Amino acid sequence: MRGRGTVVLGFVSAMMLDARHGLAQAPANWQTSFGVSASETKERIVALHDHILLIGVCIVALVAILIGFALLRFRASRHPTASKVTRMPWLEFGWTIAPVLVLGAIAAPSLQLLAYESDIPDAQLTIKASGHQWFWRYSYPDNGGFAYDSIMSPPASVPAGEPRLLAVDNRMVVPVGAVVRIQVTSSDVVHSFFMPALGLQIYAMPGRLNETWTRVEKPGVYYGQCNQICGLNHSFMPIAIEAMAQPDFDAWVRDAATRYPVVSAATISAQVAK
Amino acid sequence: MSTTEHRRECRSIAAWLFTTDHKAIGTLYLGFAIMAGTLGGAISGYMRLELAQPGMDYVVNGQSWNALITAHGLIMIFYMVMPALIGGFGNWFVPLMIGARDMAFPGLNSLGFWLLPLSLIMLIGSLLVGDGTGTGWSLYPPLSGIDGQPGPSVDMTILALHLAGISSVISAINFVTTILNMREDRLPLFGMPLFVWSILISSLMLLLAMPVLAAALAMLLADRNFGGAFFDPAGGGDPMLFMNLFWFFGHPEVYIMILPAFGIISQIVSRFSRRPIFGYPGMVLAMASIAALGFIVWAHHMFTVGVGFAPRAFFTLASMVIAVPTGIKVFAWIATMWGGSIRLTVPMLWALGFIIMFTVGGTTGIVLANAGADQVLHNTYYVVAHFHYVLSLGATYAIFAGFYYWFPRMTGRMFPEWVGRLHFWCFFIGTNVLFFPMHFLGLAGMPRRIADYPDGFLGWNMIASLGAVLALASTLLFLVMLAVSLRRGAPAPRDVWGPAFTHEWDDDPEMARPRGTAGVEAGA
Ligand code: HEM
Ligand SMILES: [Cu+2]
Ligand SMILES: [Cu+2]
Repeated sequence: MRGRGTVVLGFVSAMMLDARHGLAQAPANWQTSFGVSASETKERIVALHDHILLIGVCIVALVAILIGFALLRFRASRHPTASKVTRMPWLEFGWTIAPVLVLGAIAAPSLQLLAYESDIPDAQLTIKASGHQWFWRYSYPDNGGFAYDSIMSPPASVPAGEPRLLAVDNRMVVPVGAVVRIQVTSSDVVHSFFMPALGLQIYAMPGRLNETWTRVEKPGVYYGQCNQICGLNHSFMPIAIEAMAQPDFDAWVRDAATRYPVVSAATISAQVAK
Repeated sequence: MSTTEHRRECRSIAAWLFTTDHKAIGTLYLGFAIMAGTLGGAISGYMRLELAQPGMDYVVNGQSWNALITAHGLIMIFYMVMPALIGGFGNWFVPLMIGARDMAFPGLNSLGFWLLPLSLIMLIGSLLVGDGTGTGWSLYPPLSGIDGQPGPSVDMTILALHLAGISSVISAINFVTTILNMREDRLPLFGMPLFVWSILISSLMLLLAMPVLAAALAMLLADRNFGGAFFDPAGGGDPMLFMNLFWFFGHPEVYIMILPAFGIISQIVSRFSRRPIFGYPGMVLAMASIAALGFIVWAHHMFTVGVGFAPRAFFTLASMVIAVPTGIKVFAWIATMWGGSIRLTVPMLWALGFIIMFTVGGTTGIVLANAGADQVLHNTYYVVAHFHYVLSLGATYAIFAGFYYWFPRMTGRMFPEWVGRLHFWCFFIGTNVLFFPMHFLGLAGMPRRIADYPDGFLGWNMIASLGAVLALASTLLFLVMLAVSLRRGAPAPRDVWGPAFTHEWDDDPEMARPRGTAGVEAGA
């Protein structure tokens, strides 16, 4: 009985969170950069991106300015005789070495980020996400192995306040602050499990079990889409992750375990093989 | 029409069909590229119409959308960019620049060309039969397998690509042989114009890369039709094998397309700065190292497939290293202008547009090369923006640059200067308005290859579609100008662009026009 009550409470609080966070993270018109970051991974990705972008803008500006300047100073009307010089070893050496240094300044933080992403910390929870044409199936092997399908809400009946083509009937649910290991596979063609707000993306490959991880820092509902062309309804295969506080999550799990059928590991591997 | 005129006309059609003259074949390639480009452009106009607002309003369903984007990509790469840069300008100018009478194997040359229209017909056919090939140009199985795409479309696409591949290999063999063996006396390798170098290096890359694509396609064909299981996990195969093979071809392929563009830009920048190219040996080495490095970076297209830290770190570093030789090229172009005597002619305008826009595309390439960051950029519109900056604003600008530059040489006629400028500025503004906002869409997380998008992506998509209108309109302007100038353009003066450093300008432009059978008399 108490469980029920918490579920209702959790549901209400999730609704409120939807209003505060959920919408904020769906893509917004005229957005010119990343949306919200809800994990440290994403924050680190944004930092690296901004670092490279700054360097990139400088390079493009340098090229444009040099060309503009050359056009002003060396047009035929002002500079009728062209120089005959065609080699300047020190200059050529310089413009070979300078980019190497710049790339070094990118490579160091880049490899750090990659190591951070690749190194899966001890996970408190494992969730399996399996791509199907054209929906996702999530299962919770740590919690008795219940599994359910997550299908896009048809555009005509999108719940109020939720974005078209991103809303689903059953979201993946994770606890805030916990390290979650996500295992991704596919039962048919290649799909891609893509969740921009968490800085996550990994292919769902038939015959392979890929692994990634996340730790969601802010409660809310986060949206992504299948990101690998997968046939007829590739445009309509969204991913929605709802992050809630641990007690709400525990309540959700208890409820879900009764509502959704258990899918054994054998069933899953049979699916994967097929 | 009198009978003699009629007979002459028939003879001239036959002459075009059977010609083995390198200039005539070059012209055929260019005409073919223009037609294919128009087709690919029309498809992209339809795609931008669909994407101008949310909802699926024009395409029948997701499958036909997927088939259209596949056709668009394949047409632009295999039937527009490659035929224009390599078959078109390569055939026309490599022999002239090195003082060869013709290509080494004129008959093969003709075969190489005529395989292409056949191949394109197969590809268009694949759109018309069944449901089309709805896989994207990368053709990943199992989606491209028999369960993913039942019906004959994918098989037709595979055969079309086989034909195009054979055509490419034939012309590559021809270029390598011609350039290595048929240079006039005393023209050393390191005295060849950079355009010739670029065709030589691209051809060598084609010889290495195309067979790998052919193998992957043959295996796919076997999986689909003969019970193979190369890529089918149920039979012990692995789709990842296809990805590796495809990108082992695919990444070199992007450099196969851009190196000849580099070559053209080098000729133009040097000519209109009235100065030989700065740092010539460095330019050659840069192209050679780009080609070599191009074969060890393929997995940067596969960062999210599920590979470990070490390979991703390796491919990150290797990909970034390509920026060094690329930077050498850009700096050398600028250094050539610096101290030169610059004339901002129409070809030069396109060349400068190329340099700046290509730099933008190269920079986003560097961003994507970081596996850690690619995790949120892979397969989004950011990638679409990146490759259009290097292809639509890169390779295509170079094609237009070369076209305007050599037009007087190829036709003996001039184009109206103001139309060339108008074309440039409309195309420049149009393509930037079209493709720049795609960076924003990608950062916001919009997946590529979708026919309908969440409403939050509307704003920039609308702008992109407006840009497409301008870009396509300016292309139309180009086509009209071409039609008019071919018939009524003023005769080109003998020294159109002033003193030349290369030999393709040596003989009279009037003589250059391939007049069917007259090709033989017109030999350089
Ligand atoms: C500095 C040089 C370059 C670097 C570092 C670079 C890097 C990359 C990377 C990492 C990707 C994969 C992105 C992803 O899928 O997540 C990519 C995609 C692509 N690049 Fe580049 N690139 C460079 C230059 C070029 C050039 C010169 C071209 C062609 C002329 C080109 C054409 C493409 C194309 C067509 C794709 C998309 C392929 C697809 O998925 O369909 N790139 N590039
Ligand atoms: Cu998909
Ligand atoms: Cu690549």
